[in-house]
Amino acid sequence: MPPASDICDLTLAALAEKLGQREISSVEATEAALARTRAIEPKVHAFLHLDETATEAARASDARRAKGEARSPLDGVPIGLKDIFVTEGLPTTAGSRILEGFVPPYDGTAVARLRARGAVITGKLAMDEFAMGSSNENTPFTPPRNPWDLGRVPGGSSGGSAAAVAAREVFGALGTDTGGSIRQPAALCGIVGLKPTYGRVSRYGVVAFASSLDQVGPMARTTEDCALLLQAIAGHDPLDSTSADLPVADYSAAVGRGAGGLTLGVPDEYFGAGLDPEVESGVRAALARLEAAGARVKRVSLPHARYAVAAYYIVATAEASSNLARYDGVKYGRRAPGARSLHEMYLRTRAEGFGPEVKRRIMLGTYVLSAGYYDAYYLKAQRVRTLIRRDFEQAFSEVDAIVGPTSPTPAFRFGEKLADPLQMYLADIFTIACNLAGLPGLSVPCAFTRDGLPVGVQFIGKPWGEPVLFSLGAALDRDLSLHSLRPPL
Amino acid sequence: MIDRAEVRRIAALAHLALSDEEETRLSGELSKILEYVEQLRELPTSDVAPTTAVALSGAFREDEVRPSLAPERALRNAPSVVGSAVAVPKILD
Repeated sequence: MPPASDICDLTLAALAEKLGQREISSVEATEAALARTRAIEPKVHAFLHLDETATEAARASDARRAKGEARSPLDGVPIGLKDIFVTEGLPTTAGSRILEGFVPPYDGTAVARLRARGAVITGKLAMDEFAMGSSNENTPFTPPRNPWDLGRVPGGSSGGSAAAVAAREVFGALGTDTGGSIRQPAALCGIVGLKPTYGRVSRYGVVAFASSLDQVGPMARTTEDCALLLQAIAGHDPLDSTSADLPVADYSAAVGRGAGGLTLGVPDEYFGAGLDPEVESGVRAALARLEAAGARVKRVSLPHARYAVAAYYIVATAEASSNLARYDGVKYGRRAPGARSLHEMYLRTRAEGFGPEVKRRIMLGTYVLSAGYYDAYYLKAQRVRTLIRRDFEQAFSEVDAIVGPTSPTPAFRFGEKLADPLQMYLADIFTIACNLAGLPGLSVPCAFTRDGLPVGVQFIGKPWGEPVLFSLGAALDRDLSLHSLRPPL
Repeated sequence: MIDRAEVRRIAALAHLALSDEEETRLSGELSKILEYVEQLRELPTSDVAPTTAVALSGAFREDEVRPSLAPERALRNAPSVVGSAVAVPKILD
């Protein structure tokens, strides 16, 4: 058996292989992950809740492996969950004081599928409150830090998930992505993150933010690892009416296919003003590598790209204001004490329970839906959403995937964008359009800056085009091997 | 421009109690965000259908009785319970 620290250095796929060959046990892997987590959490703060009983699930996995009854390649692999996933018996806060003390009575579908395939859940990971943010600074708890530079943010909103994977506390994690919340933190922390096609993964048992945009996806150190995780959670679920009843592809087969013969579209609009020069050179170098590996590169145009952030902040906040109406102190979570009437209880519970960014978005969403403003804002944004979808349909008539930066900058410093909400919103300028159009997007590490910060390249696919994205990401992983670099912790 | 009276109107709709300081701050922040989203107005969209959702189709199913959470489990997270009901402050005097 290798030393514990070496176990944590394995990719998810490599650990799965060693578990399968019984070179390492799940108990060893889980204890190594828990020990690593305890050792570095005082620096990283990625976990909101560590499940010390995870070794029991690991022991059960080892018993299955001993009998030759492994449930999947993931059987026995330690995994973390963004604290937005409802987990039976494990606290679930969605990063908010308003859900303090909430211990869900059931598992959501993605979590249930992971458990059914034998994965070991080691805990719940930090996030921006209700998934609203791009830095993890929107939290009443200690914000997680970027493992590559503890003075910088891990991105958001799935920042705890990205930090835990990058710091090798878990072998993979699940996040959610409404406007970039998987891909942007993946890029800032130097890991791989996928937002699948809208409808690919069930959201049953996931705290809702903006229901026409939210999607569940995997985060891990390599594209291959993400493919294994998506295989486990994808597929139709009658409990989520937006989940698609379409067959799930063989994602591992796509991983080995390579970039040869694929046509990549490069939109001018994703390489304009405001793009950090080191991000641009990293992305262009990745494109050159893929071209050398047999891909064709072609210019495309997404003329409405610059309207995506504006349309998004109307649609997303409108839906959020409706989804978050349920937090009223009645059935679960926090209730403000001492109210003399029901109405007063609502007002005070929500005033005390929600943080500033959540209130800001509820207010904006309520305004754009209110009488007299609905057509000017909400309906207008939905029409612009159609224009953004058409841009992609047009581009995808000529190319297999669209390539650009995931984030306009590498990880920024704590406090840098906190004072100006609009500046924070613009951190998602390249990721938001995917959600508006329902398309899959994959962020893959492609370079490091002179300061040692990771840079991510984003591949955007056609609906259900995850296999193409995995082929491209895995080709880049094999070429660059950036996942073998360790953050200086 | 969202003045403080407008902030109070929205807060009432949203069931949020705001402090004076929050009202002032939100008045400035919401005005600035709305100014940014005004750029959508420059796009002609009168003949563009709105996208309400990108799901494949509405998923209809039979309305059938199925097992659900047992009441005691459903009530375990309630801040205040009386018998098999959630208790709240009185609605009418």
